[in-house]
Amino acid sequence: MKQTARIISTYSADVMGVCSALYELGGMTVMHDASGCNSTYTTHDEPRWYDMDSMIYISGLSEMEAIMGDDEKLIADIEEAAKELQPRFIAVAGTPIPAMTGFDYEAAASLIEQRTGIPAFGFPTTGMNTYIHGASMALAGIAERFVRPPEVPVVQGSRIRVNILGLTPLDFSINGTDRSLVKWLKENDFEVVSKWSMGCSLDELACAGIADVNLIVSAAGLGAGRVLYNKFGIPAVIGLPIGPKQSGYLSDAMVRSAEVYRSMRVSGREDDMQGLRSIRIHPNDLDPVHKEEMVVLIGEGITNFSLANAIRFETGHKTKVLCATECPEFILRPWDVIAPDEDDIIPELEEASYIIADPMYQPVCPEKARFISLPSEAFSGRIYRNDIHDLIAHPEIILEQIG
Amino acid sequence: MLKKIDFGKNNREIVIPGVRIAEADFPAPFRSGLEYSSPARGTWNIVHTGMLIPEAHEIYVCAAGCIRGVVLTAAEMGASDRFSTVAVRENNLLDGDMEDLVVDGVTDIINKLPARPPAVLVHTSCVHHFTGVDLDMIYSKLRERFPDIDFADCYMNPIMRKSGLTPDQLMRSRLYMLLKRRPADRSAVAIVGSDLPTREDSDLKKLLAGAALKTREITSCKTYEEYQQMAESTVFISNYPDAVPGADMLAERLEAVHFHLPFSFDPDEIDEGLKQLSQILAANCEPAKAADSYYLAELESVVDSIISEGRSACTEAFEETLSLIGDTPIAIDYTYCPRPLSLARMLLDKGFNVSRVYLDSIPARDKPDFDYLQQNYPDLMLRPTVHAAMRFAHAAADCTQNHCRPQMLAIGQKAAYFENTENFVNIVEGGGMNGYEAITGTLGLMRDAFLHKKPVRDLIQIKGLGCEVCIR
Repeated sequence: MKQTARIISTYSADVMGVCSALYELGGMTVMHDASGCNSTYTTHDEPRWYDMDSMIYISGLSEMEAIMGDDEKLIADIEEAAKELQPRFIAVAGTPIPAMTGFDYEAAASLIEQRTGIPAFGFPTTGMNTYIHGASMALAGIAERFVRPPEVPVVQGSRIRVNILGLTPLDFSINGTDRSLVKWLKENDFEVVSKWSMGCSLDELACAGIADVNLIVSAAGLGAGRVLYNKFGIPAVIGLPIGPKQSGYLSDAMVRSAEVYRSMRVSGREDDMQGLRSIRIHPNDLDPVHKEEMVVLIGEGITNFSLANAIRFETGHKTKVLCATECPEFILRPWDVIAPDEDDIIPELEEASYIIADPMYQPVCPEKARFISLPSEAFSGRIYRNDIHDLIAHPEIILEQIG
Repeated sequence: MLKKIDFGKNNREIVIPGVRIAEADFPAPFRSGLEYSSPARGTWNIVHTGMLIPEAHEIYVCAAGCIRGVVLTAAEMGASDRFSTVAVRENNLLDGDMEDLVVDGVTDIINKLPARPPAVLVHTSCVHHFTGVDLDMIYSKLRERFPDIDFADCYMNPIMRKSGLTPDQLMRSRLYMLLKRRPADRSAVAIVGSDLPTREDSDLKKLLAGAALKTREITSCKTYEEYQQMAESTVFISNYPDAVPGADMLAERLEAVHFHLPFSFDPDEIDEGLKQLSQILAANCEPAKAADSYYLAELESVVDSIISEGRSACTEAFEETLSLIGDTPIAIDYTYCPRPLSLARMLLDKGFNVSRVYLDSIPARDKPDFDYLQQNYPDLMLRPTVHAAMRFAHAAADCTQNHCRPQMLAIGQKAAYFENTENFVNIVEGGGMNGYEAITGTLGLMRDAFLHKKPVRDLIQIKGLGCEVCIR
């Protein structure tokens, strides 16, 4: 039966995705919730909680406030806290009960902004989607509100400027993967403008408009990618530089996209923008498979799609991604599957020779397949944090386990 | 207290909230507002508590965001095989099929389990409460489908935390609802409602041993049958305040007696509790014993002995502890035990330098201690734990530790975190102590904490301190 899980975990929810995406930007994020979301987020979803201060709170919604529609309590509480703490922005994200009572996030944000003079957002999350949905929504909101148009002219021949979109600890933990990504970009002669949003300030994100291309590293970056394309025409390439061949393809795709974009900016012709594709997925059908053994990967769409391609390019194995979080189908390959539930996943594992997934999936995996552990903060939280791999720096950790 | 907080370019001063007890309002010293969650995680949650029923399986039916915390609680305690979930999605809210989702989801899970559990705890959530689902129908269907399984209706509806029983009280009551009536065994009593096992050297255990009674406790039950044997008890004894409503319900249902032995640091209150309990035990024991004057005198003697030895041990422990700790400031938080103000009062009366107590509200049971402290120690500071500005208390605490003496001794995990001190007592929910033993035990733990630093960061983030008792 769909929606049941006998033993596996569940992914971090949309409301937590909002918090994670906005964590380092100096804002105040309020989960409109009774209780529980805050401790869940700070314990299982947020590895930065102990060491890095951030203003993440819950509203402490009560039964009577929900029944009576007392939104004023929330707005007044936010106003009081904001007056004292002076955040750069305020975000309100929702949970199941406000979703049921029809809480008007847009109106609440507007009132909060009027009263505090601080930019405010209302993100209508429900606690019933995954973190990808919330993080994407939050980063899109930041892009829409804060990113300024490019004020510097294009200098042909200069290094290509890149925004990294969709970078949160839920997909990349705090094991240095973000730094490895920056290192790879620099080694390939790219200039990193902003990282959405680990190790980056709100002021740095506001400069993202000067970039020539966006690199979307998880589906959490898709919302911001769309906004930056719609506002400025900045194209996006999707994927992670895992393994030498795929990294090369990715770099080529970014250069080609950036060059088209630069031409458009230089020509200044609107119709040149038509030549840009909003999202460019780097080629994934260059190298045919030559091994019949199937490698099945379970998890977030883009990170696993990238790892699947790396396996295919480097080892020649067939791969299939079981995408357990929200991901547009056009990103996945025709044979990949959206599989959020235990009962979606189990039949797909029958043909697997290798299964790459978070250890909390192992109880539902067939014993005949070799299980390769790839923990994800978004699924198992902090339990396997020390075993989460930096696949950009060390793809061999996975690739060498596949014969 | 004003502290400058480093926010890079946006440095600013933030007031760490607090109020002198002389000016504090009862029962809510701080205005309710946005709530912060500190990283101290040692207190138990409803998953830990539910796992105390041996061989039981827990099923949570709620939204993914709510499932997340509980499923990972179970995983962290190594109990994923006793835990399953049914995810409520947006379409369920719109389609009005919540009852079907619970019944079919629970059925699906039970059918997939490798072995049939004797009991299933089904936790519904806020959305079920707000959509008015027919819980009676749900449990009626489940009991019809699975007559060999005992179902407990449990709740994860924190939105109700300010209406009626608190989630903690409710869960403690659910823990015993599966006990079925059995012939009474007048030589047996049960301690109910505590997450942690009652310590063998506690006053309560000493009294029950002295009364030659079989003592049962959920924390020592290894099988579901052992759990059911608790129903044979004639007296149910609670010691933890939040256990009282559930223990009352249990005693009424099984036509037994419930006695609440208050958790207290006040010797007079301790004495009174022990004496009353001995009378209850005498009145409910086997008729032969009740008529045996020797037995009754022996029982009285046991109580007298616990009291005299307890008072004497406390006197020695106070002297030893005070001479070691001296005027070192002490901070206490409410997670250490259910009566933090009683603890503060006792320590202040004995000459200790208690400077801060961390709590967000004051239960009615603590009103006498609150009044006493207001009158006698007006400068004692109360600090909240969930106030929005407490996000910055840890960073603001002066952590320049003197290498010879600790600057602050914390009793409880939250106090340790907010005061940024490694000299702390790492216990939650009273640690299974009670009576005079709780006083001497606390003083012993304070001496140890004064002398030995602990890795706060590593220790306080572990969920459900001591919950290994749940794993069987």
